Amino acid sequence: MNQGTALRITNLTKEYDALKAVDAISFSVGLGEVVGLLGPNGAGKTTTINMVLGILEPTSGSIAVLDRELKRGTSEIRRMVNFAAVYAHMPANLTVRQNLYVFGLLYGVKDLKDRIRTLLKDYDLERFASTRAGILSSGELSRLNLAKAVINKPRLLLLDEPTASLDPSISQLVRERIKEYAVGTKSGVLWTSHNMNEIEAVCDRVLFMSRGKILLAGDPRTLPSEHGKKDLEDLFITVAREPLQLKEM
Amino acid sequence: MSYSRIFAIFVRQLFLYKGNPTRLASIFLWLVIDIVQWGFITKYLGTFGQATFGFVTVILGAIILWEFMARVQQGIMMAFLEDIWTQNFINFFASPLKVREYLSGLIITSFASSIVGFLAMVAIAGPVFGYNVMAVGLMLLPFMAILLIFGIAMGVFVSGVVFRLGPSAEWLGWPIPLVLSLFAGVYYPISTLPVPLQVVAKVIPPSYVFESLRAILATGAFPSTLASNLFVGAALSIAYLLMASRFFVVIYRKNLKNGSIARFNAEAL
Repeated sequence: MNQGTALRITNLTKEYDALKAVDAISFSVGLGEVVGLLGPNGAGKTTTINMVLGILEPTSGSIAVLDRELKRGTSEIRRMVNFAAVYAHMPANLTVRQNLYVFGLLYGVKDLKDRIRTLLKDYDLERFASTRAGILSSGELSRLNLAKAVINKPRLLLLDEPTASLDPSISQLVRERIKEYAVGTKSGVLWTSHNMNEIEAVCDRVLFMSRGKILLAGDPRTLPSEHGKKDLEDLFITVAREPLQLKEM
Repeated sequence: MSYSRIFAIFVRQLFLYKGNPTRLASIFLWLVIDIVQWGFITKYLGTFGQATFGFVTVILGAIILWEFMARVQQGIMMAFLEDIWTQNFINFFASPLKVREYLSGLIITSFASSIVGFLAMVAIAGPVFGYNVMAVGLMLLPFMAILLIFGIAMGVFVSGVVFRLGPSAEWLGWPIPLVLSLFAGVYYPISTLPVPLQVVAKVIPPSYVFESLRAILATGAFPSTLASNLFVGAALSIAYLLMASRFFVVIYRKNLKNGSIARFNAEAL
């Protein structure tokens, strides 16, 4: 499945005064691979994603996207990356089509009008094309966020709880879309979620973070039994409550 | 620099006007009220003592130019605040958009809306109050250029302050034109001010514009100080613009380090 590296993080650290939000973590995401980044609230997942997105400067360490250092040529690298996050809202006072148009321009999308037409169809947004984002339902808004996240056909897609607050039916639809995208385009996906069933269904590999460190990594289907836990949720609870029981990677 | 990305920032604001025509009030409403109010005041002043002085051209003309500069400053600030109110910083700054492209987009947006506002003011002041926008001839262009650059500098500076201190700092941006107008000689010659305040006026670029404007209209000829006034006014404006841009970039980098861009929204600050 891994056909190259979409993202390589080496000794990445983020300190806020005395607090180490991310503590010298290293991992990679292969092309065509979906990697789950798991951990309790405050573990450092979003901080890590924000550093990869270039909206938070690391204290030390390096981030390489498609083997290019993020520090150099950030703007060019960002053309190959995109994201969807539950806390990143699309401008509510623009319509679905206007939002996609603006972000298509920002990401330098070729044949933008055709691309928007395709996305509206693929993400079942055609009837909302002229509707303002602010009055969409959670599910519709999530589909818009995802449509924006793939508008530039990114080789690295970052998803921070993309299905949070969605009902199971829409969550499944969103998962399918993302999985299809990763497989179809051979792109790397880094995915955070608190839904362990979702992670098990979608991710090829998971990384467990706690207190800024990566404690565990492996196949989400076999990792729990390797650590004497009945399932991923059980393992998650152990990481959240008793991280010292687990040996750091 | 990517023109496509600059256009994205511009077109986003255009969509907002298109989607909600009441936003046009922000361009026209206060300007029209100001021009009508000052138009009648100057007309009234002109009735005193068989005045031969062109109150309309001098006072109303100065106010039109001042409003143009104020709209440039506030236009940049408003476009920037729009991204705060819609919590859009993550989306924008995680995209390939560069800070200078973002600022360029804000500036073009503000310039376009200010020019429209300026034309609206002239369209009212001409037929209704007899104001002649070309009373100073082509010197209007360098005067407007200095005011435009200074307005941009103020707009970028205030946006930087809001970026640093949070959305609640927006109130600092609104009274700036009013405060500066005290020293800029918009309504009265700089010599009217006490000497210490005249020193302040010397570092405010619009003061050179309005002093020159008044001198041309009073004598009908170009004053000997015109060239030096234009030079100093332009040089100061450019210097302020460079400093304001640098200030904004420094704040942006600071926010990159402390995580404010990721957390920046109206609820958090």
